Amino acid sequence: MAALGELERSVMDQLWSTPTGLTAYDLVDLLPADPGGKRLAPTTVLTVLSRLEKKGFVTRERSTRPHRYTAVASRADHAAELMRDVLDGADDRVAVLERFVGQVSPAEADALRELLLGRVRDAS
Amino acid sequence: MLLASALLAALAVLLAVPVPIVLARAEWPRRAPATALLLWQAIALSGGLSMVGSLATFGLAPFGDDLIHAAARFLEVVSTEQTVPTADVWPTLAVGAAALLVAHLVLNLAVTVVVSTRERRRHRDLVALLSAPDPERPGTRLLDDPAPLAYCLPGVGALPMTVLSQGLLELLGDEELRAVVAHERAHLAQRHAWMTTAFRAWRLSLPWFPIASRARSSVATLVEYLADDTARAAVGAEPLARAIALVGGHDTTGPMETRDADRSAILDRVRRVGLAPLPLAPRILIGVVAAALVVVPTVLLLVPALLDL
Repeated sequence: MAALGELERSVMDQLWSTPTGLTAYDLVDLLPADPGGKRLAPTTVLTVLSRLEKKGFVTRERSTRPHRYTAVASRADHAAELMRDVLDGADDRVAVLERFVGQVSPAEADALRELLLGRVRDAS
Repeated sequence: MLLASALLAALAVLLAVPVPIVLARAEWPRRAPATALLLWQAIALSGGLSMVGSLATFGLAPFGDDLIHAAARFLEVVSTEQTVPTADVWPTLAVGAAALLVAHLVLNLAVTVVVSTRERRRHRDLVALLSAPDPERPGTRLLDDPAPLAYCLPGVGALPMTVLSQGLLELLGDEELRAVVAHERAHLAQRHAWMTTAFRAWRLSLPWFPIASRARSSVATLVEYLADDTARAAVGAEPLARAIALVGGHDTTGPMETRDADRSAILDRVRRVGLAPLPLAPRILIGVVAAALVVVPTVLLLVPALLDL
């Protein structure tokens, strides 16, 4: 399960760096072989690709053979989406993450820094 | 029946407005977060029960002397005659309102749970693609972002996950980092996400009532206190206080729009770390009050039926 997750990550990294798309066989060539020098099986890569397609990260060009896979959005777009989830905690309808420390106002950040300085002085 | 309905209505009004306002302002929950969490749950349960119960008992009073017989008679009338007697319009409206309120609460909870689960799954997929596993901490992922971030994702059909950012690792020392990880693991181990999701749904259902809006923000704060208490037990008060102050005091990039509830929440958390917990006796007393809050409306609903048997 975890290994498959890491494989998904490597496949996406390849697709993100090739915006024109790749076939499963291209990916077999591009992905690193395991320590024993064994290449990934094309069926394994196809399984990973269909999982990524189901999750909405990859689309498949069916008019060519073999099928060509492209990333739905760039790495930067997905990173922005992730950060939106993390930072937009205000709306109850979409707030599903609770950060260790949420957004603070500038005044509060100042007060916290002063508090820290006070603690450092107390300790010394 | 009508007396029970009036008493339930009085309880519903008390729990809807003044009680949550007073509790949200109280100081003691900072020193007894678990007890306060229990009390908020009891208030929500009792409040919901007495709102629905007072409407139902009032509406069903013409059909019998106690709730169970009246409800059975009502269903019989509706199913055989296909119409509800129109002699009294108010009781009919009350029964309709009770049914609508129940449907509204259940649907809101269901939608909130489904939407949250879907959003979390999507976020988990994103994290899996955009972060690396932390070689030092199992169940933890490292996000390559300069802002100091830490949060957790409960595992629904997957392993629970703690997410830390590169910025956090650079900002904090070893001890502070251990405090943050202990805090996040406490959220996961104590299943806090269920609690906050339920109260989020409760607030979306009744947005104008303090019973739901104050409960939602208090519960969000209380689970942070609980996780802080676990982290303090694991690594000590000083590293935890430093971790909260360092992450909170760091210049945050991104939108600076602040939630009202957040305004002093973080300073409050730093100061709270040194407080002694509330003694056992008052905590037990509050627990008894919480139990009574749930028992009283239940008894008011059922006792006429029990006496009749």
